[in-house]
Amino acid sequence: MSATSEVGVLSGAATAARRRKNYARQYVWFVVPAAFAVVATILFPWLFTIYVSAFDWRLGSAREWVGFANYTKLFTDERFGWAMLRTLFYTVLAVVFPLILGLAAALVFNRKFPLRGLARTIFILPMMATPVAVALVWTMMFHPQLGVLNWLLAQVGIPPSMWVYSPDTVIPTLVLVEVWHWTPLVMLLILGGLAALPTDPYEAAKIDGATSLQTFWHITLPLLAPYIVVALIIRTIDALKAFDTIYVITQGGPGSSSETINIFLYLQAFAFYNMGYASAVVVVFFALILTLAALLMWTRNRVKL
Amino acid sequence: MQGTTRRGVLLGTLAAPMIVESVGAQGGAQGNFDWRRFRGERIEVSVQLSPRGQILTQHNREFEELTGIRAGVEVVPEQQHRQKIIIEYASGRPSFDVGEVSLHVNKRQVGRARWNTDIRALIADRTLTAPDFDFEDFGQGMRTYATQADGRMDTLPAFADYFILYYNKELLAAKNIAVPTTWDEMFDAAKRIEDRSRQIFGHVGRGVKNANVVFWSSFLLGTQQRDMINDQRQLITDTDEAIWAARQYQRFLRDASPPGSIGFNWNECQTTFMQGRAAMWVDGIGFAAPLEDPQRSRVAGKVGYAVVPRGPANHHCALFGAGYGIPEASRKKGPAWLYLQWALGKQMQLRMLAAGAGVPARSSAFGNEEVISASRFPREFFTTLTASGRIARAGLPEILPVTEFRDVIGTALTNTIGGADPATEMRAATAAFRPILERSERET
Repeated sequence: MSATSEVGVLSGAATAARRRKNYARQYVWFVVPAAFAVVATILFPWLFTIYVSAFDWRLGSAREWVGFANYTKLFTDERFGWAMLRTLFYTVLAVVFPLILGLAAALVFNRKFPLRGLARTIFILPMMATPVAVALVWTMMFHPQLGVLNWLLAQVGIPPSMWVYSPDTVIPTLVLVEVWHWTPLVMLLILGGLAALPTDPYEAAKIDGATSLQTFWHITLPLLAPYIVVALIIRTIDALKAFDTIYVITQGGPGSSSETINIFLYLQAFAFYNMGYASAVVVVFFALILTLAALLMWTRNRVKL
Repeated sequence: MQGTTRRGVLLGTLAAPMIVESVGAQGGAQGNFDWRRFRGERIEVSVQLSPRGQILTQHNREFEELTGIRAGVEVVPEQQHRQKIIIEYASGRPSFDVGEVSLHVNKRQVGRARWNTDIRALIADRTLTAPDFDFEDFGQGMRTYATQADGRMDTLPAFADYFILYYNKELLAAKNIAVPTTWDEMFDAAKRIEDRSRQIFGHVGRGVKNANVVFWSSFLLGTQQRDMINDQRQLITDTDEAIWAARQYQRFLRDASPPGSIGFNWNECQTTFMQGRAAMWVDGIGFAAPLEDPQRSRVAGKVGYAVVPRGPANHHCALFGAGYGIPEASRKKGPAWLYLQWALGKQMQLRMLAAGAGVPARSSAFGNEEVISASRFPREFFTTLTASGRIARAGLPEILPVTEFRDVIGTALTNTIGGADPATEMRAATAAFRPILERSERET
C-alpha cells in the first residue's frame, strides 16, 4: 500500500468517525429558545392571521367560517383598490424624492467647506424627531388660515395652499413631510458609500480629461449603486408601512383621499372590528411586500460589487 | 411594634383629619356605611382623556383616603380609548375594573356581548351601596340612555354632551345681528359677518369624515323624520329630509366656512373659533372650558352660548354621553362599585359642572346656585345647558356598527363639500351601508 493510499484510507476512516459523532446534534437544544421565540412571535401570529382570514368575525360576535370569501370580497372592494393605488402612489413619491435629494445632499456634504460638520448635524436633525410629534407640528403648520406655511407663502406673494385640507394636495403634502423627515437617512447611507469609494478611477478619469458630470455619471453613480439600492430598500419598506404620520395628520381624509392600505387596515380592524376581513388584508399586503422585497433583493444582488 | 416609625405616626396624625373631613363630605346620611371595607385592595380605572378624566385624576387621592383602596387611573385619548377597551373586553381579561363607555358609540356592542356587569344588583345591595347614593338623582333620560334594550343597566350614566351654538359676541354685535334661532337665520348671519379679506368667517364646523356626521344629524333632528333609522330599525338616510339635512350641511361647510373645512375636525374648529376667526360654531358642550381660558383663547369672555337653531319641523339638539361600567370579568367588583359611587357621586358631578367639563348625569348638580354663581362661566352657559337638556335627542343611531355608519355617511358628506350632489351621495352611502346594518340587526 502506497503512502498516498494509506493517507486516503485514514482520511476516509476519520470522516466516517466524524459522521458517527455529529457534534452539531448535541447543540440542537441551544437553538430551542430562539426557535420557540420565532414560532411564538412570528410563525404563530402568521398562521393565526391566515386562519382568522377564513372567518367572518366581528369582535364581540360569533365566528363564521367563510373560506376564501374575504379574499373574494377584497378583490371586488373598490375602496381597497383605491387604497392600494394610493399606497403605491405615495410609496413611489416617498422613495424617489428622498433618494434624489439624499444623493444630492450626500454629494454636497462629501465636499469640504467651512462649518460642514455643523451643517451636517443640522441636516440630520429631522430624522431624530418622533414621527407623531413631527406630524402634530406639521398639522399646525398646514392650517389653511392660521398655519405658518400659508403665512410664508403670503409674504412672497404666493396664494395660500390647502395642503392636507384638500383631496387634490393631500398626498403630495404628506410626501413632503416624509421627504423632510427621511431624506437625512438616505444622505447618511450614501455619504457612507461615498467615503468608501476608491480614488484610482477618479485619478484616471482626471488624466483622461473627463468632465465633472461624466465622472459622476460613469464612475460615482455606478460605484454608489449598491448603497443606493440599500437606501431604496429601506425607504420602500418604510414608505409602504407608513402609518403614524398619515394617521395623525389626516386619518385618511379628507374623505378617503389619503387612505392608504395601512389606514384601511386599521379602520377595518380597530374601528369596524372586522377581524376576518382585516386579516385577509394583512395577508394580501404581506404577499405584496414580500414580492417587492424579493424584487429589490434580486436587484441588490445584481448590482453588488 | 414592628414597622411603626416616627415618620409614619406623624404622617398618620396629619392625614387623619383629612380622611375624616373627606368621609364626612361624602354625606352625613350614610350612617354606618363602611367605605373602607375593601381597604388594601387595588383597582384599575380606564377613562378617556377629557376634562372629566382630568377631574377624576386630580381628586383620585380623595377616593383612596376615603376607602383605603388604591386606584390606578389610566387616561387615554378618546378614539384610542374606545378601541382599546373593546379589544380588552374581547380578550376576556380586561386590565381595568372600571371603564368608561361612550354610550353613543359602544353601548350596543358592550351590551350585546354582556361585557359589563348589571349594576342594578349592586345598587340594590344595601351593604355595598352608600345610603346617600340617591339613584333617583340621575335624570330619567340619562338612566334610559345607559340602559340596554333588555333592561340591563351595564353602565352608570356619567355625563351628557349636548351640541350647542357657540357664538362670538363681538362679531355678531359688530353687524348688529341677533342670536339666530333657525338654521336659515344662522346661515344669513354667517354670510353677513364673513369678511374673507380679513380671514373672518361666519361659521366653522366639522368637515372631516366620521366626525362630521354629528353636525349633519343636528340638521336632521330638526326635520319631521328626526332619526336615522325607523321603528323597524331600517336605515332612512336617503329620504327627502335626510337629503335636505345634507344640503344644509353642504351650504354651511361649502359657502359659509373657511377654506379647507373639508379636513376640519373639532380641534381645527376650536382653534379657528378661539382665534376669533369664526363667528359661530355648533359643537359639544365640553369646549366651553378651553374657549373661556384666557391663556389659550382670544375670545375668552366674549363667547355667547345658545341652544342650536330650530329645524323646519322640530327643535332638538344632538345628545351624546358616557357611562362608567364594571367588566363582568373583574374580580374586584366590590371596590370598583365603591369607585363608581365616588366618581359619580354628587360632589364629583358638581365639580364636573363647575369646571364646564360636561353635563352631569345627576340633576342635583344644577340646583347648586352657590357653585353656579361662583363659576367662571356666564349664567347663559348654564341656562343653555338646562334648555338643551329639554330638547336633547340621540345624535347617532343606536346600532352596533355605528363607527362604520359614521365612516360611510361621513365620506358622503365630505364629498358634498367638494361639490358633489347631496342626493346622489346620500343615496349611494345609504345603499352601501344598508346591508351592513341589516346583517348586524339579523345577528342581534
